[in-house]
Amino acid sequence: MKKIKAKDVDVFYGKKQALFNISLDIEENQVTALIGPSGCGKSTFLRCLNRMNDVIDICSVKGEILINDFNINDKSCDVVRLREKIGMVFQKPNPFPKTLYENVSYGPTIHGIAQSKQEMDEIVETSLKKAALWEEVKDRLHEPGTGLSGGQQQRLCIARAISVRPEVILMDEPCSALDPIATAQIEELIDELKKEHTIIIVTHSMAQAARVSQNTGFFHLGQLIEHGSTDKIFKNPDNKKTQDYITGRFG
Amino acid sequence: MNKNKEQLLNKRYKAEKRFRLFGQSAIFMALLFLTIFIFKIFSTGYSAFQKTWLIVPVNFDAELMMLDENPTKQDIEDADYYEIALQSMWNLDLNANEDQQNQLKRMVSYFFEREIKQELLKDPNLLGKTKEVYLTASDDLDQVFKGNYPRDLPEDQRRVSDYQLKNFDQLVANGKVESKFNISFFTNADSREAELAGIASSFMGSIFSILVCLMIAFPVAVLAAIYLEEFAPKNRFTDFIEVNINNLAAVPSIVFGLLGLGVLLALFQLPRSTPLVGGITLSLMTLPTIIIAARASLKAVPPSIREAALAMGASRMQTTMHHTVPLSMPGTLSGTIIGLAQALGETAPLILIGMVAFVNTIPGSPMDPAASLPVQIYIWAESAERGFVEKVSACIMVLLGFLIIMNLFAQIIRHKFEKKWS
Repeated sequence: MKKIKAKDVDVFYGKKQALFNISLDIEENQVTALIGPSGCGKSTFLRCLNRMNDVIDICSVKGEILINDFNINDKSCDVVRLREKIGMVFQKPNPFPKTLYENVSYGPTIHGIAQSKQEMDEIVETSLKKAALWEEVKDRLHEPGTGLSGGQQQRLCIARAISVRPEVILMDEPCSALDPIATAQIEELIDELKKEHTIIIVTHSMAQAARVSQNTGFFHLGQLIEHGSTDKIFKNPDNKKTQDYITGRFG
Repeated sequence: MNKNKEQLLNKRYKAEKRFRLFGQSAIFMALLFLTIFIFKIFSTGYSAFQKTWLIVPVNFDAELMMLDENPTKQDIEDADYYEIALQSMWNLDLNANEDQQNQLKRMVSYFFEREIKQELLKDPNLLGKTKEVYLTASDDLDQVFKGNYPRDLPEDQRRVSDYQLKNFDQLVANGKVESKFNISFFTNADSREAELAGIASSFMGSIFSILVCLMIAFPVAVLAAIYLEEFAPKNRFTDFIEVNINNLAAVPSIVFGLLGLGVLLALFQLPRSTPLVGGITLSLMTLPTIIIAARASLKAVPPSIREAALAMGASRMQTTMHHTVPLSMPGTLSGTIIGLAQALGETAPLILIGMVAFVNTIPGSPMDPAASLPVQIYIWAESAERGFVEKVSACIMVLLGFLIIMNLFAQIIRHKFEKKWS
């Protein structure tokens, strides 16, 4: 089942073109990894999927991105509704400088998901449980989220993202600021989360892509060179550039 | 080759040493000037917090006061105190001639009969009896007692006559001169008589001006800053506005005074000399300061926080109001307080809009005429009487104290509410 279908996506920063003609389909309830050297446009593509590029004044996006067969670049698309359905986790953990509870309950509050305090408590608890953080923080929900360790902060951000039950979760190098143990925890979590969410992860680590993803797309200089199942890309790529990148000859 | 290298190294160390020396001497100079300034202010000003009183026996003679037997409170209120007041001063020297009697009278303040009246109002049973009453010494004798008055000048160059000095010394010898904390400096409005002049009017004037300034400048500036920083498109026009706001912050304050004079007083016919007009004029001046501070602290909020909120599906407005603005508030508030502190010390624009007028009433609202602390300093510094010299310094001390408290408050806000993010 295809969750997202991108067709001929071009992205411009002012006059400079950052993405050329990207067409990529994302499978539902699987993990898709986007790999490629720095500046290749993989993060830019990721940010197209929840229209975060709107924030950048000079950025313009052309082409069709269908999510559940609805074009999100259409004028009738409401970004607030879109971002409720498509959560995002950033490279650097960025919890709000508020309490843990407020961090997780923020999304449900602004989208009016919880009807009562009790319901909100439940959402916070299940979100933190799914993010494998509950046991560590259940006694200090009302302490500031910025007081946690880096790995815990990132899991808090994941809990925040899943609190509104998004269909898709975008992860922009979620482990690049974390140590190996925290990275392993997040990777385990990603494996768990794919049961309920479609996950797209941008990563610099080939090993990580191989470990967590079922599908992989390789970007280079703003072009999608190759995409397919992770097995195939890593073991038997069609394109020479992919081969070179994966074996570490450049990038 | 090696020697060359060593020379170069020595040169570098020497340069560093020289630079440190320059830096240290610069700081030393700054501290020295500050110390001299503060010392000068305190050494001239501290005596203004003391006031000299003459203790004079007063005979509350009902007949002289034109009071009947068993007067009502109203009668006491309306009685004539001038005669008994005069009598009690004349009694200091029973052999005085008319001229000397006049001089005796001028040893106390101009309103000495009011002090006597207050005494009787406090205790009506004094009627017909004699009691020692504290009377405010004239400003010149006050200065004599504080040792600020050159007694060795020839008599015709002094405002205090030999005869007055002789009687004053007699009183001092009898222990009938006392120095007490000068409460009236804080409770009285300005006066032409130095011994009675106080800062209550200008203090209240300053407070009202600052409040008006805060109520106008803060909301306008914060809204402007939020709009410019978070919502306005970045183009030539907003660049132009930004440049102009920065320029506005550098406009000399007297120009704002002219604006207040021309627009607020002439065009809108607002009441002259009032803290309302002063506050509006000051708010024009403070506006760019607060806008710049607020924009800087909005800019300092990490973009990752905005992205986090936006990615959660918050609208731009929600992102701004729930996250960016609260996080920028400490910086904005301390910027505001510093802007207000600046406005508090501003003199020129207030002189132009007429807050320099002689005001001997304490304002009850921003619509009443008032002076302000820096203008009061200016007015007193212009006055000829010796008694005002120490008042100028004392007023500066009050103003400095006010400023220090405000800056301290800004620091506390910054430290207490500043949130740390990783």
